Parts: sequence; C-alpha cells; structure tokens
Amino acid sequence: MTAARKIGQQSVKFSNPPVISGWAAIVGPKEGQGPWAKDFDKILDDYLYGQSSWEKAENIILQETVQTAVAKAGLDTTEAELLLAGDLLNQIISANYAARELAIPFLGLYGACSTMAESLLLAAMMIDAGFFERVVAATCSHHYTAERQYRAPVEQGVQPSPSSQWTATASGAILVQPGGSGPRITCATIGKVVDMGVTDSANMGAAMAPAAGSTIKAHFEDTGRATDYYDLVVTGDLGAVGMNLASQSFIQQGLVPPPAYSDCGVLLYDGLPDIKAGASGCGCSAAMLCGPLLKKMSRGEINRLLFVATGALMSPTSTFQGESIPGIAHALAIENI
Amino acid sequence: MDEGKSEELKAAEKKEYQNLVNQVKPKPSVLANCLWAFVVGGLICVIAQMILNYLVSKGMSKSDAGSAVAVIMVFLGALLTGIGIYDKIGEKAGAGSIVPITGFSNVIVASALEFKREGYIFGVGARIFSIAGPTLLFGFTASVLIGLISYWFR
Repeated sequence: MTAARKIGQQSVKFSNPPVISGWAAIVGPKEGQGPWAKDFDKILDDYLYGQSSWEKAENIILQETVQTAVAKAGLDTTEAELLLAGDLLNQIISANYAARELAIPFLGLYGACSTMAESLLLAAMMIDAGFFERVVAATCSHHYTAERQYRAPVEQGVQPSPSSQWTATASGAILVQPGGSGPRITCATIGKVVDMGVTDSANMGAAMAPAAGSTIKAHFEDTGRATDYYDLVVTGDLGAVGMNLASQSFIQQGLVPPPAYSDCGVLLYDGLPDIKAGASGCGCSAAMLCGPLLKKMSRGEINRLLFVATGALMSPTSTFQGESIPGIAHALAIENI
Repeated sequence: MDEGKSEELKAAEKKEYQNLVNQVKPKPSVLANCLWAFVVGGLICVIAQMILNYLVSKGMSKSDAGSAVAVIMVFLGALLTGIGIYDKIGEKAGAGSIVPITGFSNVIVASALEFKREGYIFGVGARIFSIAGPTLLFGFTASVLIGLISYWFR
C-alpha cells in the first residue's frame, strides 16, 4: 500500500484539511510593548505571574493559553481529546506540569523552537487520519527560565553579542478540528536536521537558517507550488542575522525568493530599542502565529500562509563538548479555503 | 545537505557557509565597547583608590587598608547585583565591569540569587560558585605555584 497522502520526498497533503477552530496567545511584558500588543489574548504584568518561580509561571501561562484556545472555539477544556505540547526546558517540564493540571491525554514533544509547527502538523495528521476530533497543539517559552538553563544567571553582568536573540516570554495554543469555520491546514513539510557547523550559541539564527532553507525548498518542490503562491512565508525565530542568511540561501538553492518573506523573530519586537537580532524561543513563532497572523487570516488580510517554525537543537552539554548546533524547521501551509 | 554527498563536499559547504555567516554577522563596535570598558573599569578603580586613600588618611596601614578596600568593593558589587543594577552596567561595560573584583562578586551573588528557589543546599550551596568556580580553582592553583616558586628561588 502506498502512502496516499504523502507528496514528494518529505511532505504530506491532507485529504480533508483540518480546521484551526480556536487559538490563543499569551505574552510577557516585553512582548506586550511590541507592535502586536492588541493581537494577543493576554499580556502579563510581570514575569513571575503570581508564582514562586519562573518555571511555575511558565507552565501556568501554557495552561491558560490552552484553556483560552479551547474556550474560544466554544468548548470546555475537558472536551479536548489530546494535547500535543513541548517547551525548551529540560524534561519539557512546562508542558508536563501544564498537562498534569489540564488532565487532557498528553504527548510531550521536543523540537526546540520549532515545537509550534511540530505539534500542529502532528495534530493535523491525527485529525485527518480520523483518530481524534479535538486536538490541541501548544508550546511556550519564558525568557528567564531559558536564560538560566541555556546561558548565565540573570543578574550576571554580561555583554550580549549583536547577533544574540532574546528568548520571548510567550505561548501559543491551537485547537484543531476536522470541520467548522477557520483557516485550514492544507499541507505540511517535515524538515530534516541540518547542521552547517555553526558553534556560536550567540548566533542561533545562523545555525537554523540552513534548516529553514532546506525545508522551504523541499516544500515548494514537493507541492509543486510557485514561491509566489503564498501571501506570506514566515520563518520562526531566525532573527535579523538568520533571516538575512535564509534569504541568501533561497537564491543559492535555486529557489525564486518568496516575494513576501518575513521572520517572527524579527517581527515580534519590531521597533523596540536595543533588541539585537530579535526574538527567539518556542513562544516567539507560537505567539506570532496565534496572535497577529491567525487574526489576519481570519480577517482575510492573509489567505495563504506558509508557517515555518525553526528550532536550534542546542544543548549546553554538547556545546561545551565542542559540537556544532543542529537546526530543524517544519513547514505548514495554512489557507483560507 | 543531502546524504550521498562526499565528506569533502560537505566540509567545503560548511566552510563556505561559515564565511557567509562571518560576512553577514553584525560586528560589535570594538571602539565603543573598549571605551565603555575603559571608563567603567577605570571608574571602579578610582572609587576603590579613593576609599583606600581615605582609610590610609585615617591611620590604617597600607596593607590593612588594601584588604578593607577589597571587602568594601565586593560588598558594593554584591549590593548592586542584588538591586539589579550590576547586570545593566555589565551590558554596556563588558570586561570593564567583569575584570575588577566587583565582577567576581557579581557572578557569585548572581548565581546565589538564581538558584535560591532550588533551596539552600542544592540551590545556593551547590551552585553559588558555578560561574566563579574556575576563577577560584585556577586562582588558588596559581597562588600555590607562585608561592612555591618564590620559596625555592628567593
């Protein structure tokens, strides 16, 4: 038996495109100062959010985002059948603890900052395959939990590199259903892990850009779509440096550059002072998708979106052992049809 | 990027990409950073010198005053870390605020603050020297070696 819904080398096309019926984004104070403040469901006043630690705050934020997304689709949290979620922390603790409180059957994922696309494409596959009818895909990141795990204590006086990115405090959740109203996920491309030998953990955009280029190229080859098919092609969190490199890689790989190409890491803090190369983190692309991008889709301002969340699969252990940073990217075509 | 390519070709691609990254990567403004480091580092030393002069003028011996200044500067570094100012200074000053003894104080207090939530034993106790540890280890080692050298060659 051949896989009827697989197209090309690494893409799938959904026979009954699953519907994004509810979505929500909650962001931190810094993200609330950016240009998209009015598009988020909630902006936190502080990073602890009434909790005793940043880690606890992060999982509460994820819980609330899931609850809000499900509620916005007119359902109760208990009606969600499956939660696919992950985050940046060791043992994906934010997702695990959120799932404990939410009591939804749960599959934990790790795709670093690509988790929004990873969870969403799996949710869409499960819906299209007929296993479930209400699947939630979600992810989150918190600036200070990520900072202390991956870099240095927060109060330590270090000078950030101009290519460094700021891990966003943000989360996004999406409820996927087989029918109803909302944008639909029409096809998806699963990325390969690409490592071009970048070892600089202060330049994650450069580590991820080749993966984004590879996945986007594969997507257009597999689907046979022209690069101007989409109203917007948006990568996850390449930041200013990575976005520049990705743009160059389109041309190098013989791909006509998509006319409307941007990056969530560049967009999230657009116009804020002293942001270096922009934003990163699972929550960066998740909040941009579940905030402004899906809002624009529901208003019909964007009708065809290619969402390419990118992840730097970095670990401090392997970095200290001299390993380079592998990157991954998954692409999802979200369309109003 | 695809399997099937020879190792050489992959290595060449990586090299080429690394060159591209180096071209694209924004360069830190070396002059401005050096100037900041010079001014802030110098300022910290001037403050320490003023305290030293004051203590000596009050009749303290120079070596006692030196120890007292170190204690006072460590306290000031810790205080500024505790109230969330030292990391702001560090963002601009770089090595200017890392190299003086206040920077040593900053990394210890920052680690202690950071890991307080994991408790006093496994948090603060176990992690307080997670950044300053290398400085202590190699500092002590160097001091012992220099002590031995001075003992044998005096």
